[in-house]
Amino acid sequence: MTTQTTDIPPAEQGERRSWLREHSELGVCALLLVLGVLVLTDALTMDVDIAQRGPVGPKTVPVVVGAGLLVIAALLAVDVLRGGRGQAEGGEDIDLSEPADGRTVLLLAGVFLGSAVLIEPLGFPVAGALLFWGAAFALGSRRTDRDPLIAAGLSLVTYVVFNNLLGVPLPGGPLMGVL
Amino acid sequence: MDAFNSLLDGFGTALTPVNLLWAAIGVLLGTAIGVLPGIGPAMAVALLLPVTYGLDPIGAFIMFAGIYYGAMFGGSTTSILLNTPGESAAVVAAMEGNPMAKSGRGAQALAAAAVGHFAGGLIGTILLVALAPTVAELAVDIGAPDYFAIMVLAFIAVTSVLGSSRIRGLASLLIGLTLGLVGLDQMTGQQRLTFGSLQLADGIDVVIVAVGLFAIGEALWVAAHLRRRPPEPIPVGRPWLGRGDVNRTWKSWLRGPFIGFPFGAIPAGGAEIPTFLSYVTEKRLSKHKDEWGKGAIEGVAGPESAASASAAGTLVSMLTLGLPTTAVAAVMLAAFQQYGIQPGPLLFEREPDLVWGLIASLFVGMVLLLALNLPLAPVWAKLLRIPRPYLYAGIMFFAAVGAYAVGGEVIDLVILLIIGLIGFGMRRYGLPVLPAVIGVILGPNAEQQLRRALQISDGSVTGLFNTPFAVTVYAVIVLLLAWPLVRKAVTRRRVEA
Repeated sequence: MTTQTTDIPPAEQGERRSWLREHSELGVCALLLVLGVLVLTDALTMDVDIAQRGPVGPKTVPVVVGAGLLVIAALLAVDVLRGGRGQAEGGEDIDLSEPADGRTVLLLAGVFLGSAVLIEPLGFPVAGALLFWGAAFALGSRRTDRDPLIAAGLSLVTYVVFNNLLGVPLPGGPLMGVL
Repeated sequence: MDAFNSLLDGFGTALTPVNLLWAAIGVLLGTAIGVLPGIGPAMAVALLLPVTYGLDPIGAFIMFAGIYYGAMFGGSTTSILLNTPGESAAVVAAMEGNPMAKSGRGAQALAAAAVGHFAGGLIGTILLVALAPTVAELAVDIGAPDYFAIMVLAFIAVTSVLGSSRIRGLASLLIGLTLGLVGLDQMTGQQRLTFGSLQLADGIDVVIVAVGLFAIGEALWVAAHLRRRPPEPIPVGRPWLGRGDVNRTWKSWLRGPFIGFPFGAIPAGGAEIPTFLSYVTEKRLSKHKDEWGKGAIEGVAGPESAASASAAGTLVSMLTLGLPTTAVAAVMLAAFQQYGIQPGPLLFEREPDLVWGLIASLFVGMVLLLALNLPLAPVWAKLLRIPRPYLYAGIMFFAAVGAYAVGGEVIDLVILLIIGLIGFGMRRYGLPVLPAVIGVILGPNAEQQLRRALQISDGSVTGLFNTPFAVTVYAVIVLLLAWPLVRKAVTRRRVEA
């Protein structure tokens, strides 16, 4: 059987790939389906005999939402297979004529996650500056003379405004301990 | 005259130096953020939620109101000078405003927009003062079934009036409702969708959902499709209007609010429909039909006035019924919930200082806007040149500050990123963001009202329909759902005839 799958001519393989790319919205259906199953399982495995007050318990709404997710997943799949397409959102700085730049998105998400982890050991001013610089770098800014300065200034001012003026505590980290 | 006296008291609150300061900060921040490309009023209010954690509610809402009006104003500046409107409500401003700017009449276009916003905001807010107490009084007796009906109306309206695809709107709503389910059940303490995690037992904070969907989602989405070369703004001087322009536009300024206000008050997508209707009306009534499409000043004045008035209309439903009709109103509702205040008919009785202070500050904010924006327009226009990497890095930065400030937990930042990625996917596949936000904010509330209503009726479903108010609301819902079918039938008949 395995030989058969590898024997598919390259043209057909390309066709299949482009079919998948055109119908990538089916992934949304799959996610909705998974979410629906998750919500339904959680609702149905709930143990509510003791806690229930009134005729409608904590199960009812999750069951409705979960079932709704399954129905919508199916309806969306039908719509996509019939040729329906969700319209990608436009905007002032958005150029939809070029293909999506997945690398930038991954880099941005990575920078964000990295700074999140560093907030507690390094404190907000340092982690925040790294977040801004890293994000600007990911978005294509290469001014090594200017970017770090702006990042540090913004992060420090924000820290002081929030922590000292607005009374919203942010961790200062070792740097603020020294200053 | 009761409303008038309350309003005077409100001015007493709004005109204290501290609250004046918040109004001024709100208006300035709002305008700056509105001018910045890529940031709409909803994202602005969401990003600024954490700033208010240390404030009293009155100051916070005065600032939010300033941001709301300021951001709408700033948005039209971007449309006129860049011709790439970021939000649907500003599309109309670009249609005549940008040709005006190209032919060297940018200053007049900005002035027509500024005065239009002032006139629309003023008339809209006067209508708000006149109508809101009456609506609140009428609604004061409404109970659990009525509240549930209103929320169902909000859900249906937001999924079927807005956007091009009902299925995608519903999918977005269900994602929001699911996020709203996470945590302890409010009535029984039962854990739902927490998977045993302590952090999730507190539920996902609406601030994190709003910031994640509006800010992180948008920044990631723009990052994937960033224009190599940002559009160049058209240089512009200080806005002014000649006598001929005023003669042409004053009627448009006055007409706009009466189109904008009612549409703002109903869940019909905020300013998008009324600005377009105003544009069409002005075009039909214009004596200079040959100029349309090439820069007719009435086409800027009317729609901008309608846009501001619709913001006032939005506040009527939000304050008196707790019904958010736009994304900004939804985020403001979340802010109310942060303070443990439930907007609704009782708000006018329980928090008169807050409500009337807020309404009075709208008048203050409008005067400030007009006074600031006419002279500052060239400065605002400079903001359009901000390097895009800094702009979107800044959005990520402030989103992180906001989410971390909620509870000082790193896990919140991880949840923020995950919700941001959901927001990215939603933008990619045309799922509107607003239904999800409405679902998160209203979902838990709707569930509670539903269960309360059924508790009173002892489980009988008729308990949901036993008031005239609820029946009326459900009739409206049926109309909304049936409308596309009716329209299809009508157009078919017309084609046949």
